[in-house]
Amino acid sequence: MNRKQERSPLVPVPSGFLMREEDVDKTPVLEIRHLGVDFGGLVAVEDFNMALGRTEIAGLIGPNGAGKTTVFNLLTNEIEPTRGIIMIDGYDTRGRKPHEICRMGVARTFQNIRLFRNMTVLENVKIGLHNEMKYSIGEAVLRLPRYWDNESISDMRALELLSFFNMQDMAGWKAGSLPYGAQRRLEIVRALATNPSLLLLDEPAAGMNPSETVELMNNIRRIRDEFSIAILLIEHDMNLVMGVCDGIVVLNYGKIIAKGSPEDIMSDPVVIEAYLGKADQ
Amino acid sequence: MRENRKSFFGRTILNTCLCLAFFLIVEYMIGAKILNRYYTNILNLVLIYVIAAVSLNLTCGYLGQLPLGHAGFMSIGAYTAAIITTRFSIPDLGPISGEAVLFLLATIAGGILAMVAGIVIGLPALRLKGDYLAIITLAFGEIIRVLVQNIKITGGAMGMGGIGRYTGFGWGFFWTIMVVAFTFLLVNSRHGRAIKSVREDEIAAESVGINLTYYKIVAFAGAAFFAGVSGSLFAHHICYLEPGNFGYNMSIEMLVMVVLGGLGSISGSIISATVLTIVPEVLQTFASWKMIIYSLLLVVVMIFKPSGLMGDYELSAARLVRKVFRKKEETPKLPENYTEGEETDE
Repeated sequence: MNRKQERSPLVPVPSGFLMREEDVDKTPVLEIRHLGVDFGGLVAVEDFNMALGRTEIAGLIGPNGAGKTTVFNLLTNEIEPTRGIIMIDGYDTRGRKPHEICRMGVARTFQNIRLFRNMTVLENVKIGLHNEMKYSIGEAVLRLPRYWDNESISDMRALELLSFFNMQDMAGWKAGSLPYGAQRRLEIVRALATNPSLLLLDEPAAGMNPSETVELMNNIRRIRDEFSIAILLIEHDMNLVMGVCDGIVVLNYGKIIAKGSPEDIMSDPVVIEAYLGKADQ
Repeated sequence: MRENRKSFFGRTILNTCLCLAFFLIVEYMIGAKILNRYYTNILNLVLIYVIAAVSLNLTCGYLGQLPLGHAGFMSIGAYTAAIITTRFSIPDLGPISGEAVLFLLATIAGGILAMVAGIVIGLPALRLKGDYLAIITLAFGEIIRVLVQNIKITGGAMGMGGIGRYTGFGWGFFWTIMVVAFTFLLVNSRHGRAIKSVREDEIAAESVGINLTYYKIVAFAGAAFFAGVSGSLFAHHICYLEPGNFGYNMSIEMLVMVVLGGLGSISGSIISATVLTIVPEVLQTFASWKMIIYSLLLVVVMIFKPSGLMGDYELSAARLVRKVFRKKEETPKLPENYTEGEETDE
């Protein structure tokens, strides 16, 4: 897929968020209405609304404990929402298990890396391809032709995905023995292997130095363009968020306090007070 | 670097030949009385424990759960098969002995019933993790024991006698190959990877579309089936069943075999089941020291090799052959394969 150099302008949509003009008439890949969750008496997320266009990169930012990861967990139904609706590609996700949400096209990475550490890099990716492969347990145990066909196709696919991050030479390594940056990349590859239409990245730049962060920014754009998917990311690194995101949602105490383009957010006094509070001299 | 069809068939042929050779040698030794009845008995027992240990490895080593009710499944298999073989008979069909067919069917029936029990117990139990799962499966094992003690068809606390002595080296070896082949072929497929991913990280597995409940049940049911099979072989080996045979001591013993051999290593389970069955027999002469030496052995292995004798490494005849003929091979690649069965040799 060609890289789109010129992207259409952002326009407001009914849910109150901004969206690329080209995506407006299509079903949003993600639509959240009045999402909320309580933990006991604590309201962790309240009245969370947003929509995400099909090829949009959005950022979810906010101070520590604002409920960002909780939103991710709600999106994958790791936590069941108390209120509100989440729609993936126009389909309601209520009552679905996390693995079903994955099959609906949502893939994610984790804040603290969760790889299958004792398995090889290739196996990690092939687990991501699990649902792409179609053969039964019987066919596997008897090693019928479908087993071999599916396995060899998925081997090639896995290597192709790894080559996206130039990691194909590490295919035989144990995932746990990879250097830190490579582990982060592998997690993204594994998520991409599930053929998502929406990729959730939870602090992808955590622990990276500035040059690695720049590389990551380019990679995030490359993922969006080559796989033509939407990306929602949580990040504390403002350079990355401002540099790569089309739209930004700012969360504080479980509530959205601002939404808009990076420029709007940077100059929003509410955000500055809540999130960048120290910079008000 | 990847497993491909050609090398797979090569390895299969190699392993089949090795198994056949091992089988014929042992059969000859039994026939020629080189192995007397005592040794043959131990050999059968070894195979029975190997089947149980390898199947437990599926839930313990690959799925990463801690079930303590393996003896319960063995018990179900043992009683089911024993009841069938003592109540029914099949006439000989020409050269095929009716007894053998009956025993095969009874063993399969025992395995299936154990598998059903595995699914029934697994559905609620596998929602729990770690200690909780251990306790619920432990309770399940005890329930089975008490149940067996109190119903008529199993002979109650009196036990059940008159079971034919059908388990020979042939049957033991056949089922050992079955369980080893099944486990190996399952584990190295997309389903096996899914099972291993549950062990590694449940949340991550779920997030890439693995149905946790389904794969937990698959592993649990597979393990229960072969536990039932080994129970059936056990019943027709000792010919007399009493509820106490399958106490939770036996579950623990199985667990020790799996952990000692290495979680997630089939060859490890085979080796440690063999060693741990033979060691008490060898130590019979120092009866009073037996348990001390046995325990010491476990402690020493766990201190110096906490991941078990084999870790998650597998023996491979094919790799050995390659090493001998090609001298040098490139350094660590994707996990290779292993051999079937012949390391049960003493």
